[in-house]
Amino acid sequence: MTATIFAAAETSTEAAHQATGWFLDNIWILPLMPALSFFAILFLGKKMRCRGSDPGLLTTGLALAFSIAAGIQWLGSVGEGGTLPVVGEWKWYSAAGFDLSVGTLVDGLTIAMIFVVSLVSFLVHVYSTDYVKGDRRYTHYFAFLSLFTASMLLLVISNSTIQMIVAWELVGVCSFSLISHWWEDKSNSGAGLKAMLTNRVGDIGLLIGVAILFFAAGGTFSVLEINSLALSGGISHLVLLVAACALLAAVASKSGQFPLYTWLPDAMAGPTPVSALIHAATMVVAGVFLVARLYGVFFEGFAIAGSSINLLALIGAATTIFGATLAFAQTDIKRVLAYSTISQLGYMVMALGVGAWTAAIFHLFTHAFFKACLFLGSGSVSHAAGGTFDMRKMGGLKQHMPHTYKTFLIASLALAGVAPLAGFWSKDEILAGTGGWGIFGGTGGNGAYTLMIVMGLITTALTAAYMTRCVYMTFHGDYRGEGHPHESGKRIVVPLWVLAGLATVAGLVNLPKGFQLVPKSWTERFGHFIEPHGVTYFPKIEHATPSWTLGIFSIIVAGAGISLTVLYIKRKQQIAERTSQSKLASVGYNILVNKYYLDHLYSGIITKTVRGPLAAGVNRFDKTVIDGVVNAAGKTSVAAGNIIYNQIDQKIVDGLVNATAIQTEEAGEELRKIQTGKVQHYGSIMFASAIVFTLLIIIFI
Amino acid sequence: MTVTQFVIASAVLFSIGVYGVLVRRSAVMVLMSVELILNSVNINLVAFGALHDNIAGEVFALFVITVAAAEVGVGLALVLLIFRNRKNINIHEVDLMKG
Repeated sequence: MTATIFAAAETSTEAAHQATGWFLDNIWILPLMPALSFFAILFLGKKMRCRGSDPGLLTTGLALAFSIAAGIQWLGSVGEGGTLPVVGEWKWYSAAGFDLSVGTLVDGLTIAMIFVVSLVSFLVHVYSTDYVKGDRRYTHYFAFLSLFTASMLLLVISNSTIQMIVAWELVGVCSFSLISHWWEDKSNSGAGLKAMLTNRVGDIGLLIGVAILFFAAGGTFSVLEINSLALSGGISHLVLLVAACALLAAVASKSGQFPLYTWLPDAMAGPTPVSALIHAATMVVAGVFLVARLYGVFFEGFAIAGSSINLLALIGAATTIFGATLAFAQTDIKRVLAYSTISQLGYMVMALGVGAWTAAIFHLFTHAFFKACLFLGSGSVSHAAGGTFDMRKMGGLKQHMPHTYKTFLIASLALAGVAPLAGFWSKDEILAGTGGWGIFGGTGGNGAYTLMIVMGLITTALTAAYMTRCVYMTFHGDYRGEGHPHESGKRIVVPLWVLAGLATVAGLVNLPKGFQLVPKSWTERFGHFIEPHGVTYFPKIEHATPSWTLGIFSIIVAGAGISLTVLYIKRKQQIAERTSQSKLASVGYNILVNKYYLDHLYSGIITKTVRGPLAAGVNRFDKTVIDGVVNAAGKTSVAAGNIIYNQIDQKIVDGLVNATAIQTEEAGEELRKIQTGKVQHYGSIMFASAIVFTLLIIIFI
Repeated sequence: MTVTQFVIASAVLFSIGVYGVLVRRSAVMVLMSVELILNSVNINLVAFGALHDNIAGEVFALFVITVAAAEVGVGLALVLLIFRNRKNINIHEVDLMKG
């Protein structure tokens, strides 16, 4: 259980030093706690008075405390010259000179991730005790929440790619079974299957990518070694490009990137706390985490530095716009949030694609809080509105549930990027990181990704607009549903407030470089503690200095999005008429309602193009050519057959056949006695014959 | 430890497995006995792989484990269906294939 030092520091003014601490060395305890809770709930849960929720609550609470303690120790050991990660390694398997080890890796990224995972998981556990109260599979539900927490923590502390695959698949299994939690309904189990199968597509990419990196790096699964080799030029650029493309498929499926995002909106069939935990805050960012963890591979493979476009950034940018536009046409509040998640994940992938690593992780950090808050809020709303998620049956809930309204509003504003809430800081850092400056006059960045900054700004406006629509439809106007809405209980409201509070202040941990209103030592704290410095496994990335122009412009853009939507809602009647008259507008609306026809492409067009024309062609060939030949042959045969039948068949052949049949029947009558139908008799005969043959071989050979 | 000990252990396991397959009435016990037979083979493979310092033995054992997992999945599904239809899993009574 020794912590080993990995790479030597690069020579800088001050040498990087080794981080130490009991919690950092023994980080393996962290996933172990919820894993034990999983087994406890599974085997003993139904007998407990709490029906299985308490072990989950206890262990996630302990995990949260553990994460915070580890975080404090990490913050204490980060030095100016850089910090070496804490690595723990154990041999798992050894054969023919090859050692397979498992282990832990703690650096800034791990610290940020374990905090997010354990915090959101704990809050979701608290929330769930109220939300799924009295559910028919209450115990089962908490067991899988625990398993998920354990797997996700295992993923983020992995030091080898093979261990990451294991954890990656485990979180996939949990996602599958929690999506189809209410599997009696066909559409729910279908959604689970869709998530599973879409992820399989990406998992093939993950396997291929890991295999390529394993052989390219000379037979190692170690994340640090692979990254160091990739950055020092030990692996050729082409190999890195192929590996990065293969891994990108995995990222696209897990993190809902274009074109494999179609499973994520369907995944909303699961219980709402699950959507908040798995499909907003943690599991779907596994893809982003994978890129961040293997950043050396992606950075070199896609040649991110000094470029103006690459596949990673392009897919992220496309996803962010696709998701944001699709969120408009939804009437289901959870689906709006699901598309919003896709859009924000696109933001993170785009940030990684342009080299703004810290901005991406920072956005992951803030997004987890406000999006989990939004999802939990939507669950609270649904409880009040009689179990529906249809926004057309809501409205006017502001008076009935003030706490849910306030927290939902705060989180929406944070998502929309209104200063000084969390989303503004992280989103602007991504925009700044694109380096596509143009008129905004900032400096720095890794390249000149002008296209990305434009797409990012368009998405800012779209995000502000669809969230305004969502809040308006849900909380304002008159109540359109049935029954009497009411505020949810304490165990729902308190997690909402915690998350809303974090959504407010989380942005302040990484004030941008050159922000003059505060002392210099207050800026870029997140980057300082989270981003690896002075190590060989992480590329030297440039940090952009944003300008006031950009910040103000993006606030204006978000404000414009909000005010245009409000204006639109106020004059809805007139515009709705115009939309139905205008051909262009209705075409656009149809495209959005049908989700860019991607589902049609997969199930309809791709399968149909193979099936339809192929079947028609084969049919025509069959009717004309084959039938003609067959008919001609048939007529001749009939004539010949008549002669043969009368002369040869009836007299000679029949006689022979009848004789054979009689013999066969008599033999069969004898043989059927050994066909008892009892499988063990067959088994005895098989083993007896094997013994006989063995003896024969021994005697004669 | 010599290879003989492994081979003896494997032979004992194999024999227990064969006995179980041929004698037990419960289909689940028969499946478990089949697993014993497969694992006795695994012991042989790994033992001889180690003896000859050849990784092929271990790789083969891994494959056997994978196939055994699939086999037991299918087998238990069959047993489950038999149980649903007949309310017991005595394989002596399952003789619809009698000639």
